[in-house]
Amino acid sequence: MSKKTLVEATVNGETVEFLCEPRQSLLESLRDILELTGAKEGCLTGDCGACSVMIDGRVVCSCLMFGVEAQGTNITTVEGLATTGTLHSLQRKFLEHASLQCGICTPGFLMAAKGLLDRNPEPNEADVRYALAGNLCRCTGYDKIVKAVLDAAADLRTHGEGKAAAR
Amino acid sequence: MAEATTNGKYKVIGTRPIRHDGADKVTGRAKYGADYTFPGMLHGKVLRSPHAHAIIKSINFDKALKLPGVKAIVTSKDLPSVANKLEQAGEMAINPHHLSMNILAHDRVLYDGHAIAAVAAINGHIAEEAVRLIEVEYEVLPPVMTVDVAMKPGATILHKDLRNQEDGDKQTNVAQHYQFKRGDVAAGFKAADYVVEREFKTAMVHQGYIEPHNAVGIYSSDGTATIYCSTQGAFEVRSFSAQVLGMPVGKIRVVPAEIGGGFGGKTTVYLEPLSVLLSKKTGAPVKLVMSRAEVLRASGPTSGSQIKVKMGATKDGKLVAAEIWMAYEAGAFPGSPVGAGAMCIITPYKVENFLIDAYDVVVNRPKTAAYRAPGATNAAFASETVIDELAEKCGIDPIDFRIKNGVKEGDAQTVGPPFKRIGFIQTCEAIKNSPHYKSKLTGKNRGRGVASGFWFNAGMNSSATVNIHADGTASVVTGSPDIGGSRASMAMITAEVLGLSANDVRPVTADTDSIGHTDVTGGSRVTFATGMAVYEAAQDAVKQMIERASKVWEKKPDEVEFRDGKFFAKGNGVPPMSIKDLAPRFSRTGGPITGRASVNGRGVGPGFATTCVDVEVDPETGKVQILRCTIAQDAGKAIHPSYVEGQMQGGTAQGLGWGLNEEYFYDEKGILRNVGLLDYRMPTCLDLPMIETCVVEEANPGHPLGVRGVGEVSIVPPPAALANAIYRAVGVRMLETPMSPPKVLKAVLKHGGSAQHSAAAD
Repeated sequence: MSKKTLVEATVNGETVEFLCEPRQSLLESLRDILELTGAKEGCLTGDCGACSVMIDGRVVCSCLMFGVEAQGTNITTVEGLATTGTLHSLQRKFLEHASLQCGICTPGFLMAAKGLLDRNPEPNEADVRYALAGNLCRCTGYDKIVKAVLDAAADLRTHGEGKAAAR
Repeated sequence: MAEATTNGKYKVIGTRPIRHDGADKVTGRAKYGADYTFPGMLHGKVLRSPHAHAIIKSINFDKALKLPGVKAIVTSKDLPSVANKLEQAGEMAINPHHLSMNILAHDRVLYDGHAIAAVAAINGHIAEEAVRLIEVEYEVLPPVMTVDVAMKPGATILHKDLRNQEDGDKQTNVAQHYQFKRGDVAAGFKAADYVVEREFKTAMVHQGYIEPHNAVGIYSSDGTATIYCSTQGAFEVRSFSAQVLGMPVGKIRVVPAEIGGGFGGKTTVYLEPLSVLLSKKTGAPVKLVMSRAEVLRASGPTSGSQIKVKMGATKDGKLVAAEIWMAYEAGAFPGSPVGAGAMCIITPYKVENFLIDAYDVVVNRPKTAAYRAPGATNAAFASETVIDELAEKCGIDPIDFRIKNGVKEGDAQTVGPPFKRIGFIQTCEAIKNSPHYKSKLTGKNRGRGVASGFWFNAGMNSSATVNIHADGTASVVTGSPDIGGSRASMAMITAEVLGLSANDVRPVTADTDSIGHTDVTGGSRVTFATGMAVYEAAQDAVKQMIERASKVWEKKPDEVEFRDGKFFAKGNGVPPMSIKDLAPRFSRTGGPITGRASVNGRGVGPGFATTCVDVEVDPETGKVQILRCTIAQDAGKAIHPSYVEGQMQGGTAQGLGWGLNEEYFYDEKGILRNVGLLDYRMPTCLDLPMIETCVVEEANPGHPLGVRGVGEVSIVPPPAALANAIYRAVGVRMLETPMSPPKVLKAVLKHGGSAQHSAAAD
């Protein structure tokens, strides 16, 4: 039951190796083994999106994947969103628009929003709401989150910072 | 002296600086309770009842204990016997016996999910396996799921020892009967031209915070314990845990982690005492984190309720009488917010004659916990729908009806004393003048509804210290866990008094050994009461610095003035000195400067909100789509307007979810069937429009900055506003929450006539 598997993956640009049990989720592997606690556990059923990370460019609920399935993948977590000392435009806009209250859902929203902006640099409000519908926030009523994402999209179109920060 | 900066023209208050804890929260660094780890830490899991109501005949955990990796198992036998009476614990009265029975069931389980035993093991998976190996023998009893069943003569009794003040020595499920009355109700109704009488039901709903409950307990061999947890009240966790564990309060330290939402649900304890018990038994730190199913099954939802409202008005639109009966589900132990609901239900209005009867009823559901303006939302759903109907009968615009009958300064509250300055009418007028209300709503099956709400807000105890650093910047330390940006407000108040920028003040939330007693982050009280303590602590620091400046200048303290962040010597041409200039001289003039204050927040300013919502109802499916929503709320004074708007929007979203989707589904055996977030359906961003806000600032005369507190009342109006909007859209009065598609469809089909007709004509 508890025999461990060696997994090799790229996490936030670094090659990492870790040992995990077959039953451990990717979320648990990130949080408890790699000590990347930015992704949060809200439900373990893929309903709240607080554990969202990007795997090979796609937004994924890390609670719905096993750690062993990460073998050979390229993972970005919220910890990898800012480049050295500089916040990603999404992070800055979330702060400027007061888009977080308790902040527990924020890492998941940031990753889902990044997934959207990578695909669609010019989203309208409906696009943003559709892309973020898999993430639950109970504090804000989403208003300031949607505004921040639209503003970040405009900012990235003007300054293109996201392209650099995305890697 | 130190009044200098607060002349009504603020430099920092009312601006929108970046919150101080923001960078950590957008980079994943902020540490929430579940993020804590300690060397040698064990993981705990809880065995929970699969029955709604049963006697526990035996518990056998031999097999579980033999599983490799399992370190300890605790049951209620490990808890000390505690008093079965209301005791003061901080500002809240609790019954330690009931709390203890909720932490770990004693001889019977009272709801699906009731904790029975807890396991500590080397990891969570092994702890979970061990939980499954524990054998419990039950004698299953009939579940009592609703207040009408629980109140029937001969109903199955939950607690053999429960008595109320009216039924003598009779066994009962009614824990409390509250009554409020004024005037002559019969005469009032006689004077009425129109009388509306309706019966309402609201479903039990959960606060729905995204972060599950968590705790790490570390029991030390010296008899002290430390608890790390996400809580709204570290001091409540300390006193409640002390009560349940039979430990002195002074032996427990509680460190509040960052908290991922609470809305009232994290004002009590579930896992915290268990973490200490297991740590004591194993000698290691023990972490427990609830699953989402555990959160829904066993942490505090708020009451479902049954409410009857009869109200009368004269034809010129004056409310003259109200008769109200309300019963709230307390859950498995007494203590629903029905008393608060009764004191809110008609409080926005001048009603000369009323009689309100309110009942707190135990049922086989989880013990309810506070939820944002506890009790008021259920109540307003009923009363604000009846008000809407009366306004219609009188032929008066629903906003004008509210303005005509609304309370102002000097009018009596339901509980008696007159209101001081309040802003209810202003919230109605703000909606009336809003672009939303002035816009024309067109289209089939569309309707606009308004509703209002009242919440008391709270004062209670808060402590604060303000430290001036050697470089002239400051830190402000409070005991209020920051659940929605309050640290920024505390820093801004400090900065305002000291003449610094918000960035020059670092706000800190301290543990229970590092700051004076501070009550729970709840009751909309942090910006009000802790803000008051912060204001006074900053003034204390200024007062001390004036003395130091006078020493430097060899003047008397009253010859030194402080304004705009600078010290001025009266009378001569000495150049002014900033705090930055003075700070390096602290050690030569008497030592460091620490301003302190503790307050018992008097002068609470009640909160009012009025909400307007446009909906479109699909008459074929019953689905209600929200088209537009605006809320006006009296903040007193908005310290950080963005976070005030955030509270208004967030509370509105919760109220809309309560109104349209959210409910606990129990089957006939009393088992909760929707234990995940797919089936407990909270609003997503696809369900909501932008939520427009009108911040009313009618200064609270009881606060130095005019603050009232804004955390709660925004949740109160939306369910009633939705019901009123649905009525205007399709002509049916919804009397039950949630107004989910099946219920709306059923009502529309039953109503037939106009709604179906107009849909068919479409």
